[in-house]
Amino acid sequence: MRSIVPILTVLLVILGLWYAAAVPLNAQWARDQAARADTTLSASQLVEATWNQDRPRLPTPHQVGAELWKTTFESCVEGRRAGSIECITHRRSLFPHMWTTLSVTLAGFAIGTALGIGLAVSIVYSRAMDMSVMPWVIASQTIPILAIAPMIVVVFNSMGIPGFIPKAIIATYLSFFPVTVGMVKGLRAPTHMQLDQMRTWNASGLTTFLRLRLPTSMPYLFASLKVAVAASLVGTVVGELPTGAISGIGARLLNGSYYGNTMMIWAALIAAAVLAAIMIATISLAERVTLKRMGLAQ
Amino acid sequence: MALDQAVKLCLNRTNLEEPARLPAPVISAENLSLTFQTNDGPVHALSDVNLTIEKGDFVSFIGPSGCGKTTFLRVAADLEQPTGGTITVNGMSPEEARKSRAYGYVFQAAGLYPWRTIGGNIRLPLEIMGYSKAEQAERVSRTLGLVDLAGFEKKYPWQLSGGMQQRASIARALAFDADLLLMDEPFGALDEIVRDHLNEQLLALWDRTGKTIAFVTHSIPEAVYLSTKIVVMSPRPGRVTDVIESTLPRERPLDIRDSREFIEIAHRVREGLRAGHVED
Repeated sequence: MRSIVPILTVLLVILGLWYAAAVPLNAQWARDQAARADTTLSASQLVEATWNQDRPRLPTPHQVGAELWKTTFESCVEGRRAGSIECITHRRSLFPHMWTTLSVTLAGFAIGTALGIGLAVSIVYSRAMDMSVMPWVIASQTIPILAIAPMIVVVFNSMGIPGFIPKAIIATYLSFFPVTVGMVKGLRAPTHMQLDQMRTWNASGLTTFLRLRLPTSMPYLFASLKVAVAASLVGTVVGELPTGAISGIGARLLNGSYYGNTMMIWAALIAAAVLAAIMIATISLAERVTLKRMGLAQ
Repeated sequence: MALDQAVKLCLNRTNLEEPARLPAPVISAENLSLTFQTNDGPVHALSDVNLTIEKGDFVSFIGPSGCGKTTFLRVAADLEQPTGGTITVNGMSPEEARKSRAYGYVFQAAGLYPWRTIGGNIRLPLEIMGYSKAEQAERVSRTLGLVDLAGFEKKYPWQLSGGMQQRASIARALAFDADLLLMDEPFGALDEIVRDHLNEQLLALWDRTGKTIAFVTHSIPEAVYLSTKIVVMSPRPGRVTDVIESTLPRERPLDIRDSREFIEIAHRVREGLRAGHVED
């Protein structure tokens, strides 16, 4: 309850700024319309006109909300009930696109997490890996993903592997990094004393890893998973842009910009944000449960 | 050939029958030195340390920071490598002793795993050493009894006070069959009242189990109260300046600290520490 008040406050501020920004951004068109009709607009008429245009530069929140509702539950085949399975799975609906993006995001996230943990383990246990691989891991993230994504898509397409896999690779590319960095720190988190103690018991390297390093790294793992899943979503959407805009949230964004349909773009953006929020909330829940059970919760 | 064997047998017999043969020392150090190479030049943590710890001894190491008392313990535990001299633990090299799990080590902080119960923490070394489930359970409840923590097996570390946590960490070091207990300022972070109480319990435990204990401390009363032998050390280079054999009886109530004998020994320890300081 205590956390809901600040969240709502911020939300209200954002909505206020949004409505306020819509007025000057959409005013030109409204004034032109009025001039053509030889009328002048009062201030309240101007505001009303800017908030309810058919093709606004910046659609207002209620317009985006209406668009979202229309393209999720009402994008219907004739004669079908709104919200029915046929409607939700219809190709004009956002849901199939969200599912496309979500499935690729989760695949990329899973591969990225596995790769990230694997790299972190090898970096922690091998000085050579630490010296040779770590700089490349960091360098890999300085390359703009927008530059490399089309090349990955093109290369895989030419090998006859379109769609899912190249997009998942782009998502992996972005999501392994936070996991690697977080887990290197996490696996190195045990104190000298704890490691010495394992040594006095003559514990093997594997035992030390499983019983000490891995449990100690859990808070670090969850923190980096939250960053990784968001990065994976961004990677997926970027990967969807050059694939011909067939399916996915990225495709909706591209479609919207082709046709100057700003409401479609904003609806797709909100859909992406909702996906990210759901995934991060799921990880946070897993984090809370795990750390509480491990006695590591703050 | 047959004669050879007969002679050998004979010799073995005489060995066995020899009544006054001294037991091998638990820890024996000869000219032990350890120099750390640091950016500011070499640091002589230990310099020509000669020391013998007999079975059943309670030996305290006392001295200012940097006198090498902890380093000595760490060398015995094979956590540091000496750069000169020799040291044996149970007649073996420290590495062999560590691998045969000859000692239990109690660190300055309890270092219990928050995700394990008290019982689970004490079970940890037993699991690593491959004891059977039944034996683990038996040893956990027995050692918890030894440190007066019976009934706390299912509790988590955060549910216990600092003193209780340190007792649990002592139980963990006692859980496997090491006859030697190395303790590095185990009560350093605790307040004096808790410390007195734990000292009393530690003495009782030492008396009951007959273990050999090497104990690092900053506190003169603690060292005098606990020990059969007090090793006074001084820093730069870390060396032994005095070894005091305590004349106090094995049975030691807390108020023995007001006795004349106790005060005299404490005085000698203080003199030893001061002598080490003057040379600085």
